[in-house]
Formats: sequence, structure tokens, C-alpha cells
Amino acid sequence: MVGERASPETIQRIRKQMGGEKGVIEQYAGYLGLLARGEFGRSYYTNRRVADDLTAKFPNTMMLAAGAMLLAIPIGIALGFAAALRRGSLIDRLITTVSVIGISVPVFWSGLLLMLVVSFYLKLLPPSGTGELRFLVLPAVTLALPAVATLARVTRTTVIDILDMPFLQAVRAKGLAPWRVNMVHVLRNALIPIITIIGLDFGSYLNGAVLTETIFGWDGIGRYAMEGIIRRDYPVVMGTIIVGTSVFVLINLSVDIIYHWLDPRVRLHKKGA
Amino acid sequence: MGKGGAITALIIVMILLASVFAPLLSPHGPDAIDLDSLKMSPGAAHPFGTDQKGRDVLTRVLYGGRISIGVAMVAAFVSMSIGLMLGLVSGYFGGRLDTAAMALVDLVLSFPSLLLAIGISIILPPGIYTVMIAIAAVGWASFARLIRGHVLSLREEPFVDAARALGCSPARILLVHLLPQCIPLSLVIMGLKIGGFILTEASLSFLGLGAQPPTASWGSMVSAGRSYIVVAPWMVLFPGLAIAVTALCFNLLGDALQERFGLKKIQA
Repeated sequence: MVGERASPETIQRIRKQMGGEKGVIEQYAGYLGLLARGEFGRSYYTNRRVADDLTAKFPNTMMLAAGAMLLAIPIGIALGFAAALRRGSLIDRLITTVSVIGISVPVFWSGLLLMLVVSFYLKLLPPSGTGELRFLVLPAVTLALPAVATLARVTRTTVIDILDMPFLQAVRAKGLAPWRVNMVHVLRNALIPIITIIGLDFGSYLNGAVLTETIFGWDGIGRYAMEGIIRRDYPVVMGTIIVGTSVFVLINLSVDIIYHWLDPRVRLHKKGA
Repeated sequence: MGKGGAITALIIVMILLASVFAPLLSPHGPDAIDLDSLKMSPGAAHPFGTDQKGRDVLTRVLYGGRISIGVAMVAAFVSMSIGLMLGLVSGYFGGRLDTAAMALVDLVLSFPSLLLAIGISIILPPGIYTVMIAIAAVGWASFARLIRGHVLSLREEPFVDAARALGCSPARILLVHLLPQCIPLSLVIMGLKIGGFILTEASLSFLGLGAQPPTASWGSMVSAGRSYIVVAPWMVLFPGLAIAVTALCFNLLGDALQERFGLKKIQA
């Protein structure tokens, strides 16, 4: 912060400015006070307000997460569904194998390989940048890969469970066309666990954003967190973790609310319990 | 466990042996700098090529496995021990203790795991112990929740009543009667979790929070290779492949164990 040749007076002055002479509890109380006012303090490195930086970068991260989800949700559900309906077939085995591979490959590695092939060998897309669609494609695909795999796995197990349920025999006996049985009755019942996983998996988009944004130079809060880690810029790291976690908790809260709407059996308020 | 499970178990043993006996398998030292052979492409002398300091990538991948798998295994073992203890006590005694313990579990699980691990590791000096602590501090929660659920159902079994009627102390019931019943489940959860732990370790090392240079770990090798990806892609390719293959084997083993023990999909 002050360079190696700073005089002891300068160090003393900055320490006083930052409140380093106060006790731990007092410092913590000060930070909580800042948070209560919607502030995260200033970056040690740039002296910019962390709240401003987060406001500027947050939409980029949401754009990246949304791009990845738009890819991952339909593909993941479709693959899992296809595997479950043809259980034990070659397609099922292929999808199951690919999805285990998908959850095992680290995103920072698949991202780098994608960049190497698509940007440097094929020269199709730029390796890094922010904002435009051509910059979004590679990080979004990278982030979507493990999400597709997770969703396909969960969808497959859920749908297999539902296919064994007796109500489906009743529906089939009623003479409904097989596609209607699958699309209306199976899919609707499978949605609850699938949506839970989409909500829980949002955490992995945030985890993955730290890695993919860094690799592809996407100017979101993930890369911001990474820069903060490298420079030991604690207000920045704290700010990103608090914002990321709050978003994650909010998403899971909305998932709980969506449950109620999807499945009236789920009660948000239990009487007497 | 079936044929698939046995094969993956065999591959895991081979990976473990290869990293344990790395000095016997490779003529090079992991940190031996050779300025005559910088960034050499894979060939007879260096099957995985060399890095920007002329170090043999294959040797570093073998040695890196000690750190990457070792850290993940210690973290998994610590997570399991904490989760097992807390799950046993919380499930058996119930009441306020149980409520408090499960609230803590919910709290931990409500963080995106890597962000929480990053938060923990920046407080401590970077290094492998920090990574172990960070992974275990997040990982124990799902063990605790699943073990507690298992203990809740065991608690109602007649053998527990019998033990109590014979005058066993709660400590004896927990340690002698319930603990052994939870071991198989714990091992299955560990099998399921360790693949993810390997990825977390790799991610933290990639971010520079893990083993510090010159010590090789898979994540930090990929990170170091990033700057040379165009001229020396093997520096990124091989350590990353090691992470992916190892995580894949552990995940397949986890799936096989889960099927063998007839457990429902364990998530979270």
C-alpha cells in the first residue's frame, strides 16, 4: 500500500486512518456499521469504493450466469430425460458417461483448452474481453459444461423414479398418448427436484465465475474477487463474498417460493409444527 | 461393486502408487531446473514436455499428485471425522443441541462452497494446510447432515433399547453400538465427496491459495502454464488431464459405491 521505502511516520498515519490501532471487536463493529449503510469500504489498492466497483461489475456476472443457464438448463434437462426414457440403452450409457466426465473436469482447464482451440487454433472468437456477445460465448459455454452434466444426472434419476410410480399406469390406461404422458405428467413431477438443483447449482455458477471470468478476462465480480485475492485486498474479497452469498441465498429463497406454486402439497407455513 | 467399480478402484490405486513412487519412476527431480531444455514439446526424453524453467512436466505431474490427492484425502478424512462426531451426537441426543447443530450445517451449506473456502483461505497464510482447513471447514456439513439422518433411524432400533436396558452409558451406546453402524455410510459419502474435494483443491491452487512455488500441485501447474498456453500447451494439458482423470475415477467409484449400498442419490 505504501511501498517498501515508506517512512515509519507514513505507516503510522495510514494505520491510524484505517483504524488498525483499534481492537478487533471495534474494527468488526465498524465493518458491520459500513455494511448496514450499504458500504463495503474502499479498496486498499485503488482506493475506489468497493460498492461502486461491485455495482459496475455485477451486471456482467449476471449476464454470464444467465448465458450459461440458458445453455445448460434446456440441454441438461433434455439429455437427462432422453437417458431416462431409454434406460439401459446405448444412448443412456453415452449420456451417463459424458455427464460423469462433465462433473469431473475442472472449469479452469476446460476453459483454457476451449480458448486454445477456438481462439488460437481456429481463430473463431476472441480469447478475452467483456460486454459483447462474441466475448460471452466462450466463458458461458465453459460455465455451462458442468451445469449440463449435473442437471442431466439429476433429471435422469428423478425421471426414472417417476416412471416407476403407479399413477403413470393409470394415466396410460386412460389412453393418453405416450408423448403427452411424458411431457405433461412426468415432466411436471420431475420439475421440483430439478428446480432445487438449479437453485443449489447457482452456487457453482458463482464458484465457476471466479475461475472463468479470470481466464477469459470478463469484467465481473468473479475476476474482481480474484484480483482482490492476489493483492490481498480484503475489502474487495469480503465485498464479493458477501454479495455472491446474498445472491445465492436469495435465489434459493425464490426456489422455495416457486415450490409452493409448482406443488400445492408443499406448505410454506406448517400449522402447529 | 460390479466390474466398473473394480476397474476404477484399480486405476485409483495405480494413480496413488505412481505419485507415491514418483522418485523411482522418473529420472528427473520435480524442481530440477534445466536451462538447456526450456518449453520442449513432448518427446522421448520428456513424454509430457518441459515447462518454462526446463522442468520435466511428467515428473511434476507425478509429484503434484502427492499434494493434490493427499490434500483432498486429508480434507475428506477430517470432514468425515467432524461430520461423524457431530452427526452421532446430534442425531442421538436430539433437542436443542440438534437444532443448533443443524442450523450450523444450514449456515455452511448456504454459502457457495468455493467462495467460502476462498474466504477462509485468505485469512490464513497460503499453503497446503490452509487448503485442507478450507476444504474441511466447508465439507463437514454434508457429512454431518447425512450421518444425523442415519442415526435418527438407528436410534429407534430395538438393539439401542436393549443396550440402554443393560445399563450402557450414552457414550458407550454412541461409540460401541452406533458408530460402527455409521462407518459404511461414511465411507460411501467420502467416496462421493472426494472427487469434488480434488476439484476444490485444484481450483484453490489455481487461484494461488494452495501449495506455493516451486512445489508442484496440479492446479498451480495449470495456472503457471496459462501464460504459455500458445507456445507450450502441454504445460496446461497434462496437469489438467491428471485432475480430470483422478476426479473422474473417484466420481465413478462414488457412483458404484452408491449403487452397491442401494442409497438414494446423495446430493448437497
